[in-house]
Amino acid sequence: MPQIRHKPRRGYEDVAVCVPVTIPYERYATKTAHWWIARALSELAGRAGISHRDFDGLSVSSFSLAPDSAVGLTQHLGLSPRWLDAVPMGGASAVVALRRAARAVEAGDASIVACVAGDANEVDSFRKLLSSFSRFAQDASYPYGYGGPNGSFALLTDHYMRSYGATREDFGKLCVAQRDNALTNPHAIMKKPLTLDAYLEARPIADPIHLFDCVMPCAGAEAFLVTTVDIARDLGLAFARPLATIERHNPFPDDPVQFRGGWAMDIDELYAVAGVAPDAIDLVETYDDYPVIVMMQFEDLGFCRKGEGPDFVRSHSFTNDGSFPHNTCGGQLSAGQAGAAGGYLGLVEALRQVTGQSLSQPVPDAKRALVSGFGMINYDRGLCSGAVILEGDAP
Amino acid sequence: MTDGLGNAGDLLARLAANLASGGVEIVDLTHTLTPEFPVIVLPAEFGQCQPFRMEEVSRYDARGPGWYWNTITVSEHAGTHFDAPAHWISGRNLPNATVDALDPQTLVAPAVVLDFSAESAADEDFLLTRAHVEAWEAEHGAIPPRSWVLLRTDWSRHVGTPRYLNLREDGAHSPGPDADAVRFLVEERNILGFGTETVGTDAGQGGHLDPPYPAHFILHGAGRCGLQCLANLDRLPPRGALVFAAPLKIRHGSGSPLRGLALVPGGS
Amino acid sequence: MSEPLRPPPRKDPQAPTRPPQLPPQERSRAALGLVGAAARGVFALQRCGNCGTVAYPPRDACAACLSVDLAVEPVPDAGEAIAETTIRTTTDLYFRERAPWRVGLVRLDCGPSVVTHLHRDVAVPGRVRMVLKLDRSGNAVMMALPTTWSAPMADDPELRELTASPKFRRVLVTDARTPTGQAVVEALVKAEASLVFAGIAEPFKPFAGREKLEATERVQIVPLDLTDTSSVESLAGEIGGKTDIIVNTADHVRPGGLIDGPGVATARVSFELNVFGLQRLASSFGPAMRGRGADGTNSAAAFVDVLPVHALANWPGFGVHSATAAARLSMLQCLRAELRPGGVRVLSVFTGPVEDDWRQSVPPPKVAPRQIASAVVRALQEGIEESFVGDVAADVAARFAEDAKTLERELGS
Repeated sequence: MPQIRHKPRRGYEDVAVCVPVTIPYERYATKTAHWWIARALSELAGRAGISHRDFDGLSVSSFSLAPDSAVGLTQHLGLSPRWLDAVPMGGASAVVALRRAARAVEAGDASIVACVAGDANEVDSFRKLLSSFSRFAQDASYPYGYGGPNGSFALLTDHYMRSYGATREDFGKLCVAQRDNALTNPHAIMKKPLTLDAYLEARPIADPIHLFDCVMPCAGAEAFLVTTVDIARDLGLAFARPLATIERHNPFPDDPVQFRGGWAMDIDELYAVAGVAPDAIDLVETYDDYPVIVMMQFEDLGFCRKGEGPDFVRSHSFTNDGSFPHNTCGGQLSAGQAGAAGGYLGLVEALRQVTGQSLSQPVPDAKRALVSGFGMINYDRGLCSGAVILEGDAP
Repeated sequence: MTDGLGNAGDLLARLAANLASGGVEIVDLTHTLTPEFPVIVLPAEFGQCQPFRMEEVSRYDARGPGWYWNTITVSEHAGTHFDAPAHWISGRNLPNATVDALDPQTLVAPAVVLDFSAESAADEDFLLTRAHVEAWEAEHGAIPPRSWVLLRTDWSRHVGTPRYLNLREDGAHSPGPDADAVRFLVEERNILGFGTETVGTDAGQGGHLDPPYPAHFILHGAGRCGLQCLANLDRLPPRGALVFAAPLKIRHGSGSPLRGLALVPGGS
Repeated sequence: MSEPLRPPPRKDPQAPTRPPQLPPQERSRAALGLVGAAARGVFALQRCGNCGTVAYPPRDACAACLSVDLAVEPVPDAGEAIAETTIRTTTDLYFRERAPWRVGLVRLDCGPSVVTHLHRDVAVPGRVRMVLKLDRSGNAVMMALPTTWSAPMADDPELRELTASPKFRRVLVTDARTPTGQAVVEALVKAEASLVFAGIAEPFKPFAGREKLEATERVQIVPLDLTDTSSVESLAGEIGGKTDIIVNTADHVRPGGLIDGPGVATARVSFELNVFGLQRLASSFGPAMRGRGADGTNSAAAFVDVLPVHALANWPGFGVHSATAAARLSMLQCLRAELRPGGVRVLSVFTGPVEDDWRQSVPPPKVAPRQIASAVVRALQEGIEESFVGDVAADVAARFAEDAKTLERELGS
């Protein structure tokens, strides 16, 4: 076999991420994904002070556009982009969209890329989405109790608890902290405080997963712009720079059960390219469809070692005003999961925090955020992972 | 046309009037054709008698919204039925021996009824002998030529019970005639045919007689016919009934289920 | 140790019968490739012909070497359960009615990790024995069983869903006049069927074994003549609503072919019983069974047909008989699809020549009635869709799987 000389990773020059947009979620809505995406694009254009026709790049993530694709959306919404991307990667969508858009802007393939994720949620649409999610899930996962993601993550959680001694109290602590953060976020779906007792006493969904370990599917949209620093400045937009990003799919295929994600393969390069260490991060937005994945990310993103997740959780508060601010808008667990927009939630929130536009309680002196994405339970584990370190541009 | 009984047209008119008034009654000699009605059982290696079967084609439903009808399958020798001479090997070379070729004049004929129900009740293998026939004639007079001889055993009362076929390991047990009796009726009384209430014209154990199945062998060999599985013989007088026994006109048919009727004097 | 199953209470006449639902039905073509093995009770998965890697979930190319040479073949059935969950809430209507539902993740010794139905007596972590079975939608699914077995383990509710156990069910054996029918009745009683209806055609004809049948507990003789539509309909009218399993043991056998045979009249009798009899059973009992597929512990579960293995290829010495069997096989395939919406299984028990009056001239090996009876019970208890009883049946099946045309020529010698 010939030796493959990998090209070294490099950071980004002259890329600005700006205009964090959230279209407030609704539990069930009769509106379509097209409607939600149009709202987000309109908000993006309005806040940037330009026309939506000025977007010459478009990156779309949605599970509910069918039978349309991103192409159909351009005609539907009157865009004529010279660069078009569709990122069907669930919880990793925002990081992946940003990575690609940033390179396109760097290369001059596009000047202003609108990155948008949005999904509809009609009554019963979640069930229909699940049943056609992937071929392996259809063939080898759903025929077994049809737990959907709950069932798959229950198995991972069970294994993680057996292996590393995590307890429900540990997961509960994360969920309660996120709820505390969500109570400061006007857009959060969950408006009531959550106590640890209430968490522990909630009804079981798929042991050991209980009600408050699960996200609430809803409808909504999230969006941001990727453009050049010059354009961002010309438009007078507060922006952040992506210091480094990583992306990985189907990592560790020989692990009998998922106890680590793709970050574990790439995390050293993330920090090396960014030129910062984990202790330089002011806030972390993890992908939190279930708390076990949050704990796994703390380990795989380098905040503690494998197996130390439970101890790490026990030693921090995770609130916006406490130690290790985490999922500062409440995360999906408390803000809601609007389909593919769930993959954007953390990135949009982090962008707000590091550019001084936070809707939820601001993290003090928030400059650098690590945003992590994770998605696509194709069969027994999440396949996609990614991360980005964003640094707010000091005015 | 006239004969010794007077004008035939008047006769039929009087018959019609008597039928209407009850002066002449009609007795149904037929059992209802059902799937459960037993048929003769032959040794298993031989072809078997197909019992009556009925499949609904439509009944005012999607298969035929305005009408009800069925497809039936049945042996020529199931239910109350008629045996033509060609039914048996002894009759195979006779002319006009199949049901389609029978002279219609033979399909309506007088009948005598020989009541041996008491003997049959006492002995399930009762055999009608020449002596029994002669004794009957001594009481009721000679059997007229070209008439049906119907053997009353009251066996039809067993229909619907195992006793009708009365099968045991050594075969069926039911009454019937012996060879001499049949030979006497055919050769010396020139009867049209022989009828029974049992599933065949022969006794249940008739296969062990000489010749085997003498009623079938002798009757059909002489061009005579058989009626079996008859009902209501107890409502017929010993003499004087007129039997209508017309099988279906099946080309080359060996027999056929039929609706047998008898005209009897009213109040008899 | 799990609780043994309790006899179901009498049906509440005011409660509506639970309508049957099916587990998820859609599968890729590769996944459907496991159906054959599951139907025959074999644990088999895809194995790469190039590198030997066992592939799961079923796929179109080997993930280890990208070879597309993947064939389903038997693989070792041992594994380690490494995680478990109990699904209590689901949007799926089938599992929703049956929740809670235990599911596990098993690392197979032969390689892949599999999401699987998990027997209630499996300890996690712990060793398991895997089986591949057909679920009620007719698809192949895996279940992890304990490595040591005891009788009450058969009562596991998930296992019962994947099988058609006669325990506490009411079974109609269509022809109990024959030694085979009587052996089947006896085996079902022993397998804890709550009631066995023993069908007897032409009850006025005596038969050997009647006294024993009459004396057996939980056996009820019923009149049933499969050649007579009204007979089948009237029995269905009486017991169709409480017949959970039908075992069709009727078979009219006569030697001979088309030229050297007893002719159409007798062939017709064979077809009337063997083929149209099956149709009469299906059309009279099928609708109620299909509607009762989810009716609790004694739901309608299976239609079993005991048929000659020469359904697969004609055996000219019994040529007409083989032809009826072939028609019967085809009808069973149709019935399988028709009963599937009710989750009611159609199980085919193929037999070689049976030791009876009609096959005295057939050389051994022949199948004894008790062999058929135990195959019927096993098919029900294990949910085996195709079983082959006796050496001849196994041999014919193996040759059929190799090449049907060659088999035809061999049987025609």
